[in-house]
Amino acid sequence: MKYTTVIGLEVHSELKTKSKAFCSCSTEFGGEPNTHVCAVCLGMPGALPVLNKQVVEFAIRAGLAVDCEIKKFNKFDRKNYFYPDLSKNYQISQFDKPICEGGHIDIEVDGQTKRIGITRIHMEEDAGKLIHSGATIKTSDSSAVDYNRAGVPLIEIVSEPDMRSSAEARAYLEKLKAILEYTEVSDCKMQEGSLRCDANISVMPEGATEFGTRAEIKNLNSFRALERAIEYEIQRQIQLVEDGGTVVQETRTWDDGKGVTLSMRSKEEAHDYRYFPEPDLVPVEIDDAWIARVKSELPELPAARKARLMQEKGLVDYDAENIVSTKAMAEYFDEAAKHTEDSKGIANWLLGDVSAYLNSENIAIEQFPITPANLGEMVNLINKGVLSSKLAKKVFIEMLKTGKTPQALVKELGLEQISDEGAIVKIVEETLAENPQSIIDYKAGKDRALGFLVGQIMKKSRGKANPEMVNNLLKERMQ
Amino acid sequence: MDLYKSTAHELHEKLVKKEISSVELTNNVYDRIAEVEKDVKAYVTLDKENALAQAAKVDKMIAAGEAIAPLAGIPGAIKDNISTKGLRTTCSSKMLENLNPIYDAHVIKKLRADETIFLGKTNLDEFAMGSTTETSYFGTTHNPWNLDLVPGGSSGGSAATIAAGEAIWSLGSDTGGSIRQPASFTGCVGIKPTYGRVSRYGCVAFASSLDQIGPITRDVTDAATVLNTICGVDPHDSTSLPVDVPDFTKALKQDVKGLKIGLPKEYFGAGLDPKVDAVLKKAIADYEAMGAEIVEVSLPHTEYAVITYYIIAPAEASANLARFDGVRYGYRNMKATSAPEMTTASRTEGFGSEVKRRIMLGTYVLSSGYYDAYYLKAMQVRTLIRKDFEEAFKQCDLLLTPTSPVVAYPIDGKMDPLAIYMLDVCTIPVNLAGLPGISVPAGFADGLPVGMQLIGKLLDEETILRAAYTFEQAHDYHKVMAPLGGK
Repeated sequence: MKYTTVIGLEVHSELKTKSKAFCSCSTEFGGEPNTHVCAVCLGMPGALPVLNKQVVEFAIRAGLAVDCEIKKFNKFDRKNYFYPDLSKNYQISQFDKPICEGGHIDIEVDGQTKRIGITRIHMEEDAGKLIHSGATIKTSDSSAVDYNRAGVPLIEIVSEPDMRSSAEARAYLEKLKAILEYTEVSDCKMQEGSLRCDANISVMPEGATEFGTRAEIKNLNSFRALERAIEYEIQRQIQLVEDGGTVVQETRTWDDGKGVTLSMRSKEEAHDYRYFPEPDLVPVEIDDAWIARVKSELPELPAARKARLMQEKGLVDYDAENIVSTKAMAEYFDEAAKHTEDSKGIANWLLGDVSAYLNSENIAIEQFPITPANLGEMVNLINKGVLSSKLAKKVFIEMLKTGKTPQALVKELGLEQISDEGAIVKIVEETLAENPQSIIDYKAGKDRALGFLVGQIMKKSRGKANPEMVNNLLKERMQ
Repeated sequence: MDLYKSTAHELHEKLVKKEISSVELTNNVYDRIAEVEKDVKAYVTLDKENALAQAAKVDKMIAAGEAIAPLAGIPGAIKDNISTKGLRTTCSSKMLENLNPIYDAHVIKKLRADETIFLGKTNLDEFAMGSTTETSYFGTTHNPWNLDLVPGGSSGGSAATIAAGEAIWSLGSDTGGSIRQPASFTGCVGIKPTYGRVSRYGCVAFASSLDQIGPITRDVTDAATVLNTICGVDPHDSTSLPVDVPDFTKALKQDVKGLKIGLPKEYFGAGLDPKVDAVLKKAIADYEAMGAEIVEVSLPHTEYAVITYYIIAPAEASANLARFDGVRYGYRNMKATSAPEMTTASRTEGFGSEVKRRIMLGTYVLSSGYYDAYYLKAMQVRTLIRKDFEEAFKQCDLLLTPTSPVVAYPIDGKMDPLAIYMLDVCTIPVNLAGLPGISVPAGFADGLPVGMQLIGKLLDEETILRAAYTFEQAHDYHKVMAPLGGK
């Protein structure tokens, strides 16, 4: 039987506010444990939360960026559960009245555009972090708690169950991440935990209208983990159904090392969070003027930027889509494009060698050692015929190592392409004199002879002869 | 000289005129404490060294001719659920037996800025949950009027210090009557300000939407004086009200002519001790004689107030007390071998039975499937109770009721918890509506003080202070010292 997969994502994104959601402690990542803490975020007896208005501002901005309706009346609720990293043993969150409702994001998969609904976005606070003495909680004698992250503001973005494949889920998460970066509400660093994702997954027979029972998969800390976990979970659920079993509603965790999802708790064991309105905070009213101001200050979003790159820079759809997928990449592109007319050439380099380098080094474009200006200049040198594409790769590698300008490296390495006709004629004639048999072969219709001669000439010129000129001159001389 | 019997405003005069020194006064009160504390047991912790150092500082200020605030150099006592930096704050619980707070409550900061003196921390029902001060982990406080009786609660320690001469002024907190009822049982003045008048920052939360800090004092003037210092908006408490604070002492005029005093009939019905009723009837007649107009009003939802309170307060408490888990501070069971086990064991051993009863009650009413039937309904009734008061205040300027339907009762009287809960029927509705309420001595029944409660409109502490002051000045009830009898 064929099956249809149904996927919905819940994404937690840490907001880029300077101070925490309910106290004035710093939100900076990576401080010494328990140095960004106070009576409020440590849950000391008697301490009270006070809302950081910037949290609301960022939530409105994120909501508008994904076309949500912004709710004017906002209140907070307490979500009650015991865990050592939760200093008050309740989390201040929004339960039945989230700040944003009913938005969407358009994704593209295999050239098809698809609209993924966003159910809601709500504001809440993050918990601290457990640091185990051993490799895992089960193999540890003790655990310590770092409350630096406790109280850092989050938004939780809940999608509709509109995705049908791991590729769609990935595309949605990438798009959402780009939007959160463009709007500067979040760093979206998955490795630092500032963007976290849970997936609700179910399968149903193809053509069915009623969704299957879903499992919620937690601990998806990278795009790759998201895709792998979904693929694994789909197969697990299909296998279960095929074997005559039934999928149970439960929470599962992704074990990245083993590549499997494992049961954490069943529906029966699920928490009763006992939500009730947070009595320590007063409701927040958001008026039209506030919404209008945030709207007017929204930066250019990925979709608009893509359209601009296609229209103004002549990029094709695929290239533009990939360039705008992260704000940093789009900014790098714009900066490099200031130094050359050849936007397409920049795009080719960014999506080719540059991306390959970033992937192999596992770094982001922000850490890329070549400046946008230098990449732009290199493209110019290629277009002027100073560098062959082969030599350009050599220069590219040197630029990565030294950070020098391409012009300087071309000189330093003596790599300038020889485009002087006189000089090339000299080498061509020399080579023809050394290889009379090749001329005979060529005239007899053996095209390979031409290739051989070009190779000899390139060798003599140490790769610097302009290949196009070499070709033309050879053909002329052998007629 | 028995300085410990005096009021703060009398002592302020003496300090300014250099008739006494703050050190002399402070030592005098500590001597009194040494004399009677073994019988009263009002304090959990004393802080004599720091108190005397502070007194010496104020004496220097006076000697240097500096102007001093009305509470400067005058020793007071602080309920032990109000956070004092470096001075342990136990909430009378084993859970926090050794907790030294890292910060001062907002009210403590304000009082320190006025250069006042903190004698120590007073006993309370554990986490302010109770009406007798019997649920304290550190033992029961005794009523200075008769040591065999309860002082009321939960601010029983703070009330007893005033009645026994163990402090000049004190702070309590009031969630369902915890300032007013012990003030009534010990013959003191106690006021619960409008919800939001005083910052709750640093008052260890019992029920956040009901808790309010307020003074317990020997007379109305002192109550107004302490209010002047502790009231006002605080950026650290979102529920504190951004309104101007009047000089409450200016409201103390001996005049109730034309004032309309409402008597809610539901507060004078069954369950009211006839002797208490008689004292109040006389007080009402006195008011009328002084020119006030008495009108009967109705607060029809009064009968639902206690049950509503015992849903909302425990619900909030169940979350507020969740932080006491043995992880960051407080009592920890050291034998547990896992974090969940440690938390369970620490809470089982660290909390007393009344606290656990209320945590369970609150957890239950918030549980999925019960929320609508209990918590949501209680919130709706709370709105009705608030509206009752709004309606009543269309016919009068303030309300007069008993503070408690009874006088102080015996310690360890084996009373059913539910019966004790029901006795808070006169004070609880005031918290549910967020209104200001004051208890003032109205007379005696069988030698025990009877308190009269005056309830004001939102933010209208001035009218009830004025009415309380007028009554007080016309009588001598507040001047009678507790005999420390019984036993």
